[in-house]
Amino acid sequence: MAVTKALYQEVILDHNRKPRNYGTLENASHKAEGHNPLCGDHISVTLAMDGECIGAIAFQGESCAICKASASMMSAAVKGKTRTEADALTAEFRDMATGKLDPAGPHHLGRLAVFAGVRDLPTRVKCAILPWHTLHAALNSVARTSTEAEDDPMHAPIGGA
Amino acid sequence: MTAAVLRSRLAAFDVERLRADFPILGLEVNGRPLVYLDNAASGQMPRAVIERLVRYQSTQHANINRAVHHLSEIATGEYEEARRKLQRFINAREDREVIFTSGTTESINLVMQGYGRKFIGPGDEIILTTLEHHSNIVPWQMLAQEKGAKIRVVPVDDDGELLIDEYEGLFNERTRLVGVTQVSNALGNVNPVGRMIAFAHARGVPVLVDGAQAAPHMRVDVQELDCDFYAFSGHKMCGPTGIGVLYGKAELLEKMQPFKGGGDMILSVTFDKTVYNVIPHKFEAGTPPIAAAIGLGAAVDYLSAIGMDAIAAHELELLTYATGKLNGMPGVRIIGTAQQKASVLSFVVDGVHPHDVGTLLNQEGIAVRTGHHCAQPVMQRFGLAATSRASFAFYNTLAEVDALVAGIRAVQKVFA
Repeated sequence: MAVTKALYQEVILDHNRKPRNYGTLENASHKAEGHNPLCGDHISVTLAMDGECIGAIAFQGESCAICKASASMMSAAVKGKTRTEADALTAEFRDMATGKLDPAGPHHLGRLAVFAGVRDLPTRVKCAILPWHTLHAALNSVARTSTEAEDDPMHAPIGGA
Repeated sequence: MTAAVLRSRLAAFDVERLRADFPILGLEVNGRPLVYLDNAASGQMPRAVIERLVRYQSTQHANINRAVHHLSEIATGEYEEARRKLQRFINAREDREVIFTSGTTESINLVMQGYGRKFIGPGDEIILTTLEHHSNIVPWQMLAQEKGAKIRVVPVDDDGELLIDEYEGLFNERTRLVGVTQVSNALGNVNPVGRMIAFAHARGVPVLVDGAQAAPHMRVDVQELDCDFYAFSGHKMCGPTGIGVLYGKAELLEKMQPFKGGGDMILSVTFDKTVYNVIPHKFEAGTPPIAAAIGLGAAVDYLSAIGMDAIAAHELELLTYATGKLNGMPGVRIIGTAQQKASVLSFVVDGVHPHDVGTLLNQEGIAVRTGHHCAQPVMQRFGLAATSRASFAFYNTLAEVDALVAGIRAVQKVFA
């Protein structure tokens, strides 16, 4: 119970209400659509790469608060980062959400650690991961991805797709 | 029924006494008493059924229809007695018209494989409705793809009511089958299946009724309905998972080809020729879920002792009360406002995704379903990806509806 309350804390609700980098980039060099067929969540991520760096990022879609806040905070966190840094952050975020990374230990997630609570809500883990999964697809020029079947982020490797 | 008669009947309906029959209803979830409002997905099991399963496994179990020994005879007798209980429950003419399946999905697949693959061909048409559960869509799409047949879909209006004029307009000389749900699992409508069946029969077209959401909540009489097939699941009506029923008119079942091959569904086997068994055994290949079938028999005994009309009346009171409460909440919208509904209340909360609603209600110990309810065409019709759905059983109370309302208020407060 406390976990759920902590998860829906002010920072997540704030990003849900006022998502950062919301929309689509007209000059996008990379884009992908992410879909969670189990709940209908749908998100698009567009990137304008500046060499190896994420020069600009935007996201848009219909989703629950956890997914939207995760996308908003992700967009703020990876802007200006290199592809390698973004991949590393994606791997850490996924590990935290699935309980493999202890948020009390060393990591580079910063405020993204507010999502640690989803580990206790197995049905919501994929809501939090979907934006990161979609970012990963966009960086690797995969047009569409899903949280299910062969695209399942729980099994798909990150970094070498 | 007058209000006074209804009140006196409800007074006799002792919901607290019935709740005491269900061990699971005493659970606490997240430190709060469980409020179980996900009955359309699966219902809970009373002690009488749990104990029946224990008694069967402890004292009666062996394989059926095979050996001459004591336990096999007892198990066979109990299994067939369960079939007769189900026959009486839906008022089928004969017990051989009741086929045990793993559930509604398998029942529908049985009709698709046994009837559809034999009698539906290229250019033929199957009529379904927008309200169908995926289990009454996908098997027919598979058949249509295999045979080059066509699926025609009955639309609904903004309340979720089937447009019966449109339904009648879909018939032509190629129409071979109608598949319709009696109660929509996503919206709760009770569809006018009797009228739809009469219309189809006047054109020589058989009708399959998906009764998964109807059989647990109202009296079902397959002879009065005159449906050709009726499919339902045990676990939504106090029974175990893994068991369900396909009712079919004997003359149709006899014309159909077997669905699965194996033991028990044959009279004789040689490598030159196999002779199939008579119905219902023709459709029950292999060792069936014997315990589950006997458990379902105990479940319909339990339901019949309460009375399906009394159950329907209590659930209507819950639904009417909950509908009034939710209609009075700013920012809450009920999806599915048909005149006649049963036990299902689908709703959306402005500005809050159904999954967030579900997670936060769970924090209060309240179990609702969120998502597309395996009925994506209905969701698309209403322009929604998902709703939250509270679905009632006879063991739910008005106080639990109040808990739901308070829970939704708490959700709105978090997102305010």
